Amino acid sequence: MTRDRYDAIVIGSGHNGLTNACYLARAGLSVLVVERNDYIGGAAVSRELQPGWTYTNCSYVCSLLRPEIIRDLELSKYGLQVIPYGGGATLMRSGDSFSAYTDHYAYRRELARHSAKDADAYERYSVDVMRQCRFIRPLLLRMPPDPTSFKPRDLGELLFLGKRFWDLGERDMCETLRFWTLSIADYLDQYFESDVVKAHLAGSGIIGTALGPYSPGTAYVLLHHYMGEVDGSAGSWGFSRGGMGAITRAMTRSLEASGGEVLTGSGVDRVLVEEGRAAGVVLANGNVHRARTVISGMDVKRTFLEAMEAQDLPGEFLDQVRRFKIRGSSGKLNIALDGLPEFPQIDSDSAVQYGEKHFTETMEDLERAYDDWKAGTWSRWPYVDMLIPSQFDPTVAPPGKHMMTAFIQYAPPTLKSGEPWDGPAREAFGKTVIDQIATFSPNFKDLIVHAEVRSPWDLEQEVGLTEGNIFQGELTFDQLLFNRPVPGYAQYRTPVPGLYLCGSSAHPGGGVMGAPGANAAREVLRDLRAPQTVREMGR
Amino acid sequence: MIIRRNTVEARHREAVRPTPFHTRTSAACLSNEWTTWAGYTVPNVYDDMTYEYFTVRNQVGVLDISPLSKYRVRGPEAEAFMNRLLTRDARKLSPGRVAYALWCNDDGHVIDDGTVFRLGEEDFRLCCQEHQLGWLSRSALGFDVEIEDETAALGALAFQGPTSCAVLRRAGCEGIETLRPFDTRDFDLQGIAVTVSRTGFTGDLGYELWVAAADAPVLWDRLFEAGALHDPRPVGLAALDLLRLEAGFIVTNTDYVSAELALRRNRGRTPFELGLERLVDFEKGHFTGRRALLEAQRQGPRRLIVALDIEHNKPAQDALVYLGGKKQVGHITTAAWSPTCKRNIALATLEAVTARRPNPDLRVEIYVKKELKWRRLMARAKIVDRRFFDPERRRTTPPADY
Amino acid sequence: MSSSFDAVVIGAGHNGLVAGTYLAKAGRKVLVLEACGSPGGAAASEEIAPGYQVPTYAHLLFNLDPVVVRDLRLERHGLRYAKGAMATAALDRDGRHLIIGEGLEGLGGRGIAATDLSAWSDMSARLRRFAVTLAAFLAKTPPRLGSGGWDENRTLLELGWKIRRLGRDDMREFLRVVLSNVADLVEDELEDPLLQAAIAFDAVLGGWTGPRSPGTVLPLLYRLTGDSAGLPAARRLPQGGVGALTQAMAGALREAGGSLRCDARVARVRVEGDRATGVVLEDGETIAAGSVLSSIDPKRAFLELIGPHHLDAEFAQRANQIRMKGATAKLNLALSAPPLFSGLDTTQQAERLLIAPSIDDMEVAFNALKYGELPQTPPMEIVVPSLADPSIAPDGGHVLSAVVQYVPFAVKGGWDAVREDFQTSLIAQLEAYAPGLKDSVVAAQLLTPADIEERLGTSGGHWHHGELAADQMLMLRPFQGAAQYATPIDGFYLCGAGAHPGGDLMGTAGRNAARRVLRREGTT
Repeated sequence: MTRDRYDAIVIGSGHNGLTNACYLARAGLSVLVVERNDYIGGAAVSRELQPGWTYTNCSYVCSLLRPEIIRDLELSKYGLQVIPYGGGATLMRSGDSFSAYTDHYAYRRELARHSAKDADAYERYSVDVMRQCRFIRPLLLRMPPDPTSFKPRDLGELLFLGKRFWDLGERDMCETLRFWTLSIADYLDQYFESDVVKAHLAGSGIIGTALGPYSPGTAYVLLHHYMGEVDGSAGSWGFSRGGMGAITRAMTRSLEASGGEVLTGSGVDRVLVEEGRAAGVVLANGNVHRARTVISGMDVKRTFLEAMEAQDLPGEFLDQVRRFKIRGSSGKLNIALDGLPEFPQIDSDSAVQYGEKHFTETMEDLERAYDDWKAGTWSRWPYVDMLIPSQFDPTVAPPGKHMMTAFIQYAPPTLKSGEPWDGPAREAFGKTVIDQIATFSPNFKDLIVHAEVRSPWDLEQEVGLTEGNIFQGELTFDQLLFNRPVPGYAQYRTPVPGLYLCGSSAHPGGGVMGAPGANAAREVLRDLRAPQTVREMGR
Repeated sequence: MIIRRNTVEARHREAVRPTPFHTRTSAACLSNEWTTWAGYTVPNVYDDMTYEYFTVRNQVGVLDISPLSKYRVRGPEAEAFMNRLLTRDARKLSPGRVAYALWCNDDGHVIDDGTVFRLGEEDFRLCCQEHQLGWLSRSALGFDVEIEDETAALGALAFQGPTSCAVLRRAGCEGIETLRPFDTRDFDLQGIAVTVSRTGFTGDLGYELWVAAADAPVLWDRLFEAGALHDPRPVGLAALDLLRLEAGFIVTNTDYVSAELALRRNRGRTPFELGLERLVDFEKGHFTGRRALLEAQRQGPRRLIVALDIEHNKPAQDALVYLGGKKQVGHITTAAWSPTCKRNIALATLEAVTARRPNPDLRVEIYVKKELKWRRLMARAKIVDRRFFDPERRRTTPPADY
Repeated sequence: MSSSFDAVVIGAGHNGLVAGTYLAKAGRKVLVLEACGSPGGAAASEEIAPGYQVPTYAHLLFNLDPVVVRDLRLERHGLRYAKGAMATAALDRDGRHLIIGEGLEGLGGRGIAATDLSAWSDMSARLRRFAVTLAAFLAKTPPRLGSGGWDENRTLLELGWKIRRLGRDDMREFLRVVLSNVADLVEDELEDPLLQAAIAFDAVLGGWTGPRSPGTVLPLLYRLTGDSAGLPAARRLPQGGVGALTQAMAGALREAGGSLRCDARVARVRVEGDRATGVVLEDGETIAAGSVLSSIDPKRAFLELIGPHHLDAEFAQRANQIRMKGATAKLNLALSAPPLFSGLDTTQQAERLLIAPSIDDMEVAFNALKYGELPQTPPMEIVVPSLADPSIAPDGGHVLSAVVQYVPFAVKGGWDAVREDFQTSLIAQLEAYAPGLKDSVVAAQLLTPADIEERLGTSGGHWHHGELAADQMLMLRPFQGAAQYATPIDGFYLCGAGAHPGGDLMGTAGRNAARRVLRREGTT
């Protein structure tokens, strides 16, 4: 039963919106989450599109979800099980392959098979990347400081940042500066000589970004994917049992247990602004829900350019929002399978059969895939991150059947040719990916029961992500930390008092991490002088 | 187009591999208690650890040390390369000699330690604990050398104990008794080429034997046949760990962290902090870490590895060390009851200021479980010479027929 | 034979000569050694056909440090300008060219929308403010991070303070764009593709980056520092060719009492007791020196002249991993008639001309470079110096000089197989803008990055002795541990473009290094 007035209304039931709502509800606030779709989840969603098969339509792996949030919101009590998985392989056109085993010795042996030096280099690489993770991780669950401000809290945060940096010592300070500005290709060249090893590792530097592996700044993107952890094991990946939707389902239960409400089928037409303050939301169906605080989980463009009147916002701020780079570059295929496809380049009993598979074996493959995107079309030989989660999650496909998820980099939000995505183009895009996988799996095509093909355009239509950008904004330095989403508004507050951002457009950015949602809740509670339920990391 | 597989090796099977002696060690390993060492399986205990320990101190023990990382460095600039790599003067090492040495990164922090064999004018072998191909290759930039990883190609046995010389002589190593400590020589054992060095990790009289992997099982058999009268026994890694502690030897990534693996760079240790300043030669020309070490020498060490003699008989593994029972000043990295010295011994890393005090009041926090009940002991400890056990026979040439 | 100097400078390019002169002026006994037959380095001229003096590599004076000009009294030593304050004409295939006044002032030529005019005026003013903020740091030794020394930290605090002094809005914008890409910067505010590309061109010139590569705004700001440092016309044409600059510098060196020796290739730096004590020439001659300064690229300086034997292993690796893949070639043409770029008036013909139709065209050309392929239509910067300075060509003849962007160092299939076709295609590309040019070619010289490496010795043929990017700037140039001119080898210094602040004919690196040498001598 909805009331007519809430303490807080959260727009969007994605993982960040729900995380935010949960923390607010736990502080005793009355909270309503409004969701446009008839189902919850945003981009952390699972749905049954084919009877018996659970499609995790958008995001597909879980490692970035902060353990602090899982614990604070008691998500395991509400049904969330994160199961670690690991390993993966790059299958090569020569018939050879490169397998990244989770077992230390097997991985070493495989690395050494491609290059004896690279086996040693990998250990050095792991340590160096972990050093960077150690530096960045405490910044995730903190508010970024405004470097132009003289407020004590901003100065304090700047000092915290500065001291952490200074404590690294000269050598690592310089390494950090380089790490943040190097391309993933140049970064990996410092360690490895084998093309396939480099190509395998470079994938994490380009996932979700409209940059190629030769673009400076992609080393940081790799870090963004590595800073996750499962059970304290940094950089490892996990699966949520029941699909990614299980995360938002557990969050919803947690929210409801704290007295919060979720209203589906309730798209926001606009944010209600009265006397210069956020006062609630007006739904597309005309209903009005009032609250003294509104928190938007939508991306910054959708929030300010679509759900608000220009007159309520400063012109320069709107210019900055328009300028925010939110480039769709990723697609997704979700494929229901009649059985397990074979990948004969790898032993059928190898552990990496459970892991992700890629079919791009050189940096040039990856960069050319990016060139296609720049030219306004999908990659002819894309970077594919393919997984079959039904191999270890019995809930997502009927017994003996399987569910495949394939993330694809790159596909543009609009095609240069002018063709619409919802037509033959989408089919052709899907065929490109299916053909690529089938090149390495002789029985794959015969097993396909149904394939859902999602271009960036589809992601935008369904989830509401502008241009279909999975991170709600590019992860380049001009849009990170105090620059995210807009300089001067990186602290979750907006020019409209009472209106906050809690989506991935805000610091620290995308991935099923929950940190923006948690950080935004901390700031809301501060402003409301309500009991604080969100701890700061590193304090 | 469908791509066919073109490789056959199953990398994920036997991720941990047998050593060249595996057929022999597995037959002898009655306990079936194995351990993994650098990607290889070796027996931790063959039968009875105490028995194995005393075999080395009393007769002769055979240890499969094949998992040691072994690298061959050859080429016109091999000596220059080794001299730039090591903190010791490689030019002073003549062919036929072995040296214990360590090497540092640019910060002067130790990467690993090991033994360096000079097999010829332009031919060295380096044996160590950690994988070093990466570091050696990076160090080789601009040097005319060739570096080969011999780890898999070579089997290695430690043949240690008072009767080791006698058995080797009987096995056909003619003139073995003339080998001085840190000498190395090639022998032909009825058709098998074996390199024997008078080196070891037990602190006792002993040798290490280096052999082509294919010849390894035969060498094992020959040694046991020749030793029939002296009863050599295979010895597992558990006993070795005790033996090396008695001898005061440190192990990389147990007693100090390799600079290459230290996530926090300040956890790296200089040779001075390991108590190994005798291995640093500033007069020999440039070597990696030299400038940093000169600075470190000027500033003095911040921590020191020391040997402790602790009261009571409970081994103090991983225990914290306090000064005056209150201030934490370090921790123990290896500890055991020494059956030969009858002392409770340990290696510890302490703050240098404390370690250098005269007779500091050190207490070691040991937890003892008695009938499921835990008790905390604050055992007194004193800093002693690191060579807990250092018998004369280790140095005597020719060794006596014990 | 042996001789002894206070300081020996390796390489008589502009930075080497500047460093040598400053030291000589401070009373030091200085010898500058040059491997080639004449000084100049990348600021040299040569005759490619009788009477045709082409600027072999660099063809414009750009960001030349005014302090150096003043201190060395270069104008007294013969530095004259055939043309100052050059404008830029961005060429359009249909003749609707865009003219950008020097110092980013004024737009002319094709009809530019009023919105673009005002946006450009805002933007250029803003970029200059940012450049001014950076400019002060070009003349300083970069701080050593974490050193704790007050002097070092002061430079950092000053930089922070300067950025803060920009005011809140500018500071925010500065921190946003400083590591951003130039394509976004110009596309966000400007409409005209030719204008967008002309600005982007300056951001990527000489580098291994496309306009869409993040980090390309920073080199653009660097390029704008010159005209912010009080010199209104940053791009100029020296009378008598670019070589005249280094000739003047050589004159200044001589006047200050320094010596210059050409045809003296240094084989190695002599290191004794962890100290540089002199150099050994290729013929075996040893020259003793209290200090040795190297203006050659840092990779070669450390790995060949010093040698890894004297370096720590990780330090040597860092030197080896300096990013310096050359991406820029040079085309020099001797012409029997003046080239006539259609749609330009006579004065405009003599300005700096750009062929860069759009950001996308540049990006496509960059794509080829990434894979070691040749771009179809590479962006070019063209000058016809003989229009302003007839002395460098025979009567009626002319010299055309083009810097060609996005040419790989190692081309697929090897340069021998493609060189001729590539040269023909470049001339054809010019012909499309200047009909009749092809038939007037008397002689042509194409210098690929591989040629430049061979001729100048610069690793990878890189124009700036190392990519000018955030990971190799300030205290990271050329890399940590060697970024303060002094090196771990006592008495051995870097003074070339591989050191802070980097490439272009600035002379600042040479000046900073000389000051560093004098300061260190003072303390020991």
